[in-house]
Amino acid sequence: MSRRVEIRNPEVELSRFRTRLGIAGVVVVGLFGVLLTRFFYVQVMQHNYYHALAENNRISIVPVVPNRGLIVDRNGVVLAHNYAAYTLEITPSKVVDLEAAINDLTAVVEIAPKDRKRFKRLMEESKSFESLPIRTRLSEEEVAKFAANRYRFPGIEINARLFRQYPNGEHAAHSVGYIGRISDKDLVQIEARGDTANYRGTDHIGKFGLEEFYERELHGITGFERVEVDSGGRAVRSLARQPPVSGNNLILALDLRLQEVAEKIFGSYRGALVALEPKTGGVLALVSRPSFDPNLFVDGIDPQNWDALNTNPDKPLNNRALQGQYPPGSTFKPFMALAALELGKRSPSYTIADPGYFMLPGVSHRWRDWKAGGHGMVDLHKSIVISCDTYYYGLANDLGIDAIHDFVSQLGFGSKTGIDIKGEQPGVLPNQAWKLKRYKQKWFAGDTISVGIGQGYNLATPLQLAVGTGVIAANGAVYQPHLVRQIEDSRTKALMSVAPEPVRVLDFKRENVQRVKAAMVDVTRPGGTAGRAGAGAQYLFGGKTGTAQVIAMKQGEKYDEKKVAERHRDHALFVAFAPADDPRIALGILVENGGHGGSTAAPIARKLLDFYLLGRLPESMQPEEDDADAAD
Amino acid sequence: MQTQLIKRIATFLGGHIDSFLLTSTLLLVIVGLMTLYSASEQNITRVTGQLANVGVAFAVMWIAANIPPHILKNFAVPVYGLGIALLVAVDLVGEIINGAQRWLNVGVTRIQPSELMKIAVPMMLAWYFDRYEATLRIKHFVVGAAILLVPIGFIAKQPDLGTAILILASGFYVIFLAGLSWKVLLTLFAAGCGSLPVLWSFLHDYQKRRILTLIDPTEDPLGAGYHTIQSTIAVGSGGVSGKGWLNGTQTHLDFLPERTTDFIFAVYSEEFGLVGNGVLLCLFLLVIGRGLLVAAQAPSLFARLLAGSIALSFFTYAFVNMGMVSGILPVVGVPLPLISYGGTALVTLFLGFGILMSIRTNRKLVQT
Repeated sequence: MSRRVEIRNPEVELSRFRTRLGIAGVVVVGLFGVLLTRFFYVQVMQHNYYHALAENNRISIVPVVPNRGLIVDRNGVVLAHNYAAYTLEITPSKVVDLEAAINDLTAVVEIAPKDRKRFKRLMEESKSFESLPIRTRLSEEEVAKFAANRYRFPGIEINARLFRQYPNGEHAAHSVGYIGRISDKDLVQIEARGDTANYRGTDHIGKFGLEEFYERELHGITGFERVEVDSGGRAVRSLARQPPVSGNNLILALDLRLQEVAEKIFGSYRGALVALEPKTGGVLALVSRPSFDPNLFVDGIDPQNWDALNTNPDKPLNNRALQGQYPPGSTFKPFMALAALELGKRSPSYTIADPGYFMLPGVSHRWRDWKAGGHGMVDLHKSIVISCDTYYYGLANDLGIDAIHDFVSQLGFGSKTGIDIKGEQPGVLPNQAWKLKRYKQKWFAGDTISVGIGQGYNLATPLQLAVGTGVIAANGAVYQPHLVRQIEDSRTKALMSVAPEPVRVLDFKRENVQRVKAAMVDVTRPGGTAGRAGAGAQYLFGGKTGTAQVIAMKQGEKYDEKKVAERHRDHALFVAFAPADDPRIALGILVENGGHGGSTAAPIARKLLDFYLLGRLPESMQPEEDDADAAD
Repeated sequence: MQTQLIKRIATFLGGHIDSFLLTSTLLLVIVGLMTLYSASEQNITRVTGQLANVGVAFAVMWIAANIPPHILKNFAVPVYGLGIALLVAVDLVGEIINGAQRWLNVGVTRIQPSELMKIAVPMMLAWYFDRYEATLRIKHFVVGAAILLVPIGFIAKQPDLGTAILILASGFYVIFLAGLSWKVLLTLFAAGCGSLPVLWSFLHDYQKRRILTLIDPTEDPLGAGYHTIQSTIAVGSGGVSGKGWLNGTQTHLDFLPERTTDFIFAVYSEEFGLVGNGVLLCLFLLVIGRGLLVAAQAPSLFARLLAGSIALSFFTYAFVNMGMVSGILPVVGVPLPLISYGGTALVTLFLGFGILMSIRTNRKLVQT
């Protein structure tokens, strides 16, 4: 049976074939139905979901960095501004052989060894996917040259960016400060204050001075642009734009012209000068010598300049005006005198016979007056005019340290003044509690004596001297010193005043203040310690000289300026206000190792006042002597 | 006399052309060229290049249409034999491109013998079953399976899983239509399912990944899942009416990979939406339906089986490709027939259509 050849019926076979074909046809239609169902599900039911995904793919939000606010002085002179420039930037993560790429680059665009070093430093501080500048301020020609060779340098591109510039360089550098690239530490702070979104796209931040303090005003509000991007992330076209809001402008109380004059008359001395308006607290000039060029920091400072600034024994980066703490010396005496009058410890007519030294009962130590043999009969007025130490030794002893502290601290000593720059030092205004806490020792009566003449534990910043002098000049009104007078809203142009009201008004008796001021005026007149500096002035001004020891003198040893190393010489101090009847300016001046206050610091004040009140330039700045050397 | 000449020319040119099949495939080709224009960023040279491929394919179709089925039958064994020989050659001296050994360098050009097998295998099987038509028994199906599995073994080894599956399907259609009993079919199906784990172990890692990706494409969004995710986004974001020709964002912003070849359906679907997809499915159905009709009315078993296999294979290409792009089938390298860019596939397809036309126009000439 099995061997028999079975002949099939063609008709049956054909109909079976057609049945199978029919089944296949049904399967075809069924599977196309499955596809159609899938299309319906994806394209209709899930359409919104996939539409959103496609939009997400397509649209990217790009931050638009706002223009940083300007900083201008009280007359509108620009101290910090922005300019657009081309930079050549490298994204290290996109470059295979960085060294070779930079070498090749030199053939196209000039790259100095300094640029390389700075770039290396930037790389260490940044993440490798960031675009870092190797050259800034490319000329049009360099841009064109690179553009033609661009294909050779993947990961390297030219960007137009806004740069910060400080057109006045060293002038007012400590006040204006500078910006620098955002560091990891800055990022933590930005995050802490919830500003991360606003800093997307920003790569610089205020690091020093006003740039740092007013960062939030200056930065502005970052805008956003919705752009269509391709799968490589390249922007194809812009869809919508939320423009950025520029940072607010800072209008300073500072007068750049006065600042420049002050710096000029400081000459080669190290030191600091603070000039402020007693009736507003506005800082007219804030000098710290030596200074530095803040422009060095903007694009990342190169190691050579950085080392130079850091190893310089004169420490140009220190803002001596508010970070330098010095014994106030005799400039402290007017405040002591005012305390004596206000607290009723001395009457104006109270007179001592000065033997040239002061002794405490039961103590052998002699506190010497600067003038051997003494000043004879000395009352309060004379004690200021001729700067009698003995008078203040006794006064300090009578007041007691805690009373001195409590009174003088009201004028701003011993605590930060609250000026609008970071890094301010509080100085030291000692009392018993302070010594116990600081040295774990009780206060001795002898400790009080030298505090009376601004020595001992006493330390003050030049800023505090200016503020304290300003309080006397303004008859007790205490202002928080501030460099910024007004903040200009970039959108509305509305001006907001900074600290316009006094922090407190001390209720001094007018006659007491007048007495101290009158004595200070006589300091600058014939017979006063600054009589020579004040000679011939066409206005009356009050002042007080001071000289602060840098090294302690042994008992009985005589100070000889010529024998002492330059850096061990006394600091010269001077405080002043002018004009005497209606003060518009108060000064605190410290000249490091300048010797005597009357001979070094007071003439600086005089020259500055001549310019501020009369418009008279100091000799070294007068036009006909333009070429002459600046040294005094 | 002139009309006589024109008539003769018309008969010579169009005598064996099936206008229904020609029209529907032509419509698909036009859709393909339009989509290619969009997918290639309006690159006209890409479109004219494909147009040249269409010209060659048409010539091949015309020649095939003019070879009567009983003559064609004589080609079955030599072509199959040549195909096997070439596959052996590929295995021995083939060029390796992208990790797969699929090409044979014959001096002027590279050829891909597996492409030839798409037609040669069903033709060989149809010839074999036709030859033993009257006495077809189970042993003939065993031989048929061998005829099918030998070339598939070579192709799967290259590896070219996509083509292997497609040829397997085309051969299976011949066997199915030849009348393999349902009992055996169901047994084979059960055995196939049972051996899946074994087959799985033979798959390459990238093939396994593609299948796993289908289950959860988000598991590897930048690797194996990227194609599926982006193409599904393209299809889904097209919505009912599509984003409009040349306006697909997934396409033009470079998110779609392989968008002129294997993934061209995503481009079409994004720009023409559900409506466009419906139209495309209808066009495909017209071609498949015509093919099945040709098979039903074919004069010989050889012609029936070959025509049925060609029609169903065409369906398979379309289904696998659209299923892959819309995310219900794993990613295999199968282009969308008549739409995707590429000359070889087009020539093979039109060779098949030519054979269909020949069978169609010769249905009364030869008696069974």
